[in-house]
Amino acid sequence: LGAGLVQLAHLHTSPNSQAPVPALPEKGGKTRHGIIPEELFQILYPKTGVTGPYVLGAGLLTYILSKEIYIINHETFAAACMGTVIIYGVRKFGPDVAAFADKLNEEKVQKAQEVKDLAMTSLAQAIQDEKKEQWRAEGRQMLFDAKRNNVAMLLETNRRERVHMVTNDVKKRLDYQIALQTLHRRMEQEHMVNWVEKNVVTSITPQQEKASIAKCITDLKVLAKVQQAKTTA
Amino acid sequence: MADRIVPLGEKRLMDVKLGELGSWLGKRDFTPNGVLASIRNGHDRYYNKYINVKKGGIGGVAMLLVGYVALSYMWEYDHLKHDRWRKYH
Repeated sequence: LGAGLVQLAHLHTSPNSQAPVPALPEKGGKTRHGIIPEELFQILYPKTGVTGPYVLGAGLLTYILSKEIYIINHETFAAACMGTVIIYGVRKFGPDVAAFADKLNEEKVQKAQEVKDLAMTSLAQAIQDEKKEQWRAEGRQMLFDAKRNNVAMLLETNRRERVHMVTNDVKKRLDYQIALQTLHRRMEQEHMVNWVEKNVVTSITPQQEKASIAKCITDLKVLAKVQQAKTTA
Repeated sequence: MADRIVPLGEKRLMDVKLGELGSWLGKRDFTPNGVLASIRNGHDRYYNKYINVKKGGIGGVAMLLVGYVALSYMWEYDHLKHDRWRKYH
């Protein structure tokens, strides 16, 4: 478990240090006449002043020439010519070449800087987006509540529809029963009425019919007489 | 200036007193790894002082070329001895 904890402590850390890279020095070590480091002149200055290293150089030159440690031969002439050309070239074209090289360097640095800036902006943007996503995730609770409400409403609607269906069906069945009963009663009534009528009509004998017709005629005559009397009066 | 006591083998050359030079040389690391390390160290010091800068002058390369010329002259000296103008100096 201890090893796991150690690994945990190294999460989100890198072995590279976070300090910014130190910038390159502006100028290199100084050299006098291009080939002799300035330190030699500084070392000899307290003892021999300004001309000390030059006197040292002259003495050394005399010594190696006189003892023929440096031998003057055809190569000396070649070296002298080459040296002249080189020194002339460096003196004349040095600054231009230096400016050109500086420009190249600057372009390189600028490109790297652009890449770095682009990476920084895109990463910062990614951080912003991530924070936004986190904020959105918090809002998901409200989304869930709304969805839960929706589902509850659907269920409620469904239940009410079914209740309506049940009541309608029950009502239809009960109406049917009522209609059936009324039909029964009506049919019984009509049948009874028809039967009574038929019996009454058949019970009227022809003799009774004549007698009733004669009675009706006498009644009508009386009525006519009364009416005549009324109109003349 | 009372710095902490530095063991002899780790002192820089300029801090070694003349009498201690022999023992200092004895303490130096002459194993192949040590030699390589000292070569690398010297290279890094020269490189970082004269070449790995923003505006390096001609000195950095010129000193290397002059050193090369001098070294090749020294290696060829036995050949060149025969071109001497005088026999006795």
